[in-house]
Amino acid sequence: MSRYFTDEHEWIDVEGEIATIGITDYAQEQLGDIVFVELPAEGATFDKGDDAAVVESVKAASDVYAPISGEVVETNGALEDEPALVNSDAEEDGWFFKLRVTDASELEGLMNEAAYKKFVASL
Amino acid sequence: MTMLKEGRPTAPQAVREEHMAPATATGNRALMLEEPLIFEIGSNDTTGVDFAAAPKAVSRLGNLARKDAIGLPGLSEQETVRHYTRLSRQNYAIDLGLFPLGSCTMKHNPRLNEKVARMPGFADLHPLQPQSTVQGALAVIHELAQWLITLTGMHGVAMSPKAGAHGELCGLLAIRAALEARGDARSVVLVPESAHGTNPATAAFCGYKVEDIPATPDGRVDLAALKARLGPDVAAVMITNPNTCGLFERDLKTISEAVHAAGAFVYCDGANFNAIVGRVRPGDLGVDAMHINLHKTFSTPHGGGGPGSGPVVLSEALAPFAPLPFVEKQGDKFVLVEEETVEDHHGRSFGRMVAFHGQMGMFTRALAYILSHGADGLRQVSGDAVLNANYILRSLADVLDAPFGGSGPCMHEALFSDKGLAEGFTTLDIAKGLIDEGFHPMTMYFPLVVHGAMLVEPTETESKAALDQFIMALRSLAERAKAGDEALKGAPYHAPRRRLDETLAARKPVLVWTEPELAEAAE
Repeated sequence: MSRYFTDEHEWIDVEGEIATIGITDYAQEQLGDIVFVELPAEGATFDKGDDAAVVESVKAASDVYAPISGEVVETNGALEDEPALVNSDAEEDGWFFKLRVTDASELEGLMNEAAYKKFVASL
Repeated sequence: MTMLKEGRPTAPQAVREEHMAPATATGNRALMLEEPLIFEIGSNDTTGVDFAAAPKAVSRLGNLARKDAIGLPGLSEQETVRHYTRLSRQNYAIDLGLFPLGSCTMKHNPRLNEKVARMPGFADLHPLQPQSTVQGALAVIHELAQWLITLTGMHGVAMSPKAGAHGELCGLLAIRAALEARGDARSVVLVPESAHGTNPATAAFCGYKVEDIPATPDGRVDLAALKARLGPDVAAVMITNPNTCGLFERDLKTISEAVHAAGAFVYCDGANFNAIVGRVRPGDLGVDAMHINLHKTFSTPHGGGGPGSGPVVLSEALAPFAPLPFVEKQGDKFVLVEEETVEDHHGRSFGRMVAFHGQMGMFTRALAYILSHGADGLRQVSGDAVLNANYILRSLADVLDAPFGGSGPCMHEALFSDKGLAEGFTTLDIAKGLIDEGFHPMTMYFPLVVHGAMLVEPTETESKAALDQFIMALRSLAERAKAGDEALKGAPYHAPRRRLDETLAARKPVLVWTEPELAEAAE
């Protein structure tokens, strides 16, 4: 399994043709206390860069983009009852949704963990 | 001489420090009264009015008839009056002090406006009265419309939209109607990062796909990025000018030319018109539609004090599509043009947005404001508004980071960031501290392009003394936040309630009041 990062602060784990997507620990820290997460419908399809989910903190509502094209196969229903999971465990239990990847070549150009850390440090 | 030893002491007695603020038995603090919810006072069998017992009637409700008490609050007239008066004392209003809420133009509402709006010839009208009996009211709408057209250099105006976002809707519907009329289906609206938050919402509501245009490092629309994105799918660009960073969009004329060349329209969010009224005519900058918040620029009350009003001025290209009704002067008569009386020149109207004519009470107030200021007075309004904002910006530049301070003067609002505050201290701490200092906090965390934004709009109606006091308070708070004064994290201390748990309130909102006994039983 390999993990990728976007410059919009999403992470993507890819295992076979399924990609799990969430927001990074840096993102949750910037957003502050998360109070609501709106997840996509299962079966919805996205092109890379589409608005896929909404995350709302006490400060603002932010769009989460689909970092890669695909069809939603599963969403993390636990976030609807407990949005605080995004704060406490953004990069594991706080995942948002899983996509069946349409075009794995879109992963090219995304960052690995080291590159993302460097990117965050430059902000 | 006799010495009276039992008299009333007239000077404060020395009080030991720990006795300075003991709790009171009632929870009241002198004139700051602790007030329960209206359901928690009085009793269900009290009313402010005595009714005769209802005559015995045969119920036709069957098993739908209510069996329990209805549970309305039961208060005498005096208890009701006291309840709301006490609550009003916990409120903050422009009549109490400076209201520096950026992007909201909380200026003084002159009492002359109120006097005019209450004149029976305006206040007691019914919207369905025969037109011959409301000629004066129609004349007010017509004259205000002419002023708005003149001040903006536009071709027409739709008076009926009821507030800013409603005006945006009106403008975009006119744009869509104009595109449809030429058989041009376009699907995208471009919104710069420095625009108002309602702009993308309006575009999405109209069914357009919204795309962001980035800002330049000096806080303005990135002209190159905008030009690069224009194309046959773009219906309109929505620009706020001056923008939410408090900056004038210097390139607006160039932007308009590029947008028009691409076959699209320019919507300008006029919420910040106060900064340019009497000095810049948006029509000269190529704007096709712009709403004007009468409740901001033209001093009609808002924020709980009254309804908004958002007339939309339109370019020659869009004016034919404006919504009904219109007031027209025909000879020496004013006529309300509606569906039945529409003639060729309004035949392409996209329809109707409201049942009647708009916010009549706000029209009278706005016209009173305009006429009492005159053209020269309105020009001074924008000059003083900009001067006051720059006074705040420059007076605090040594303690607060002004991200665009280096790019020259600001317009009507001063923008600061949270850069330089001590670790763990935020804009929110400063805002809460301002409550203790007796001010309504500024707009915070907006615009989003600035980290921990503090957006301060003093308006032209504040005196230098009021500005100096506000600057002193904000300076003191900024210094405390930079020095890491832990006490600031607990502010406000002196408000009727301490700092609220906004996270808990958002995650587990309590939206319905339940009787305490029932609530306890449910737990």
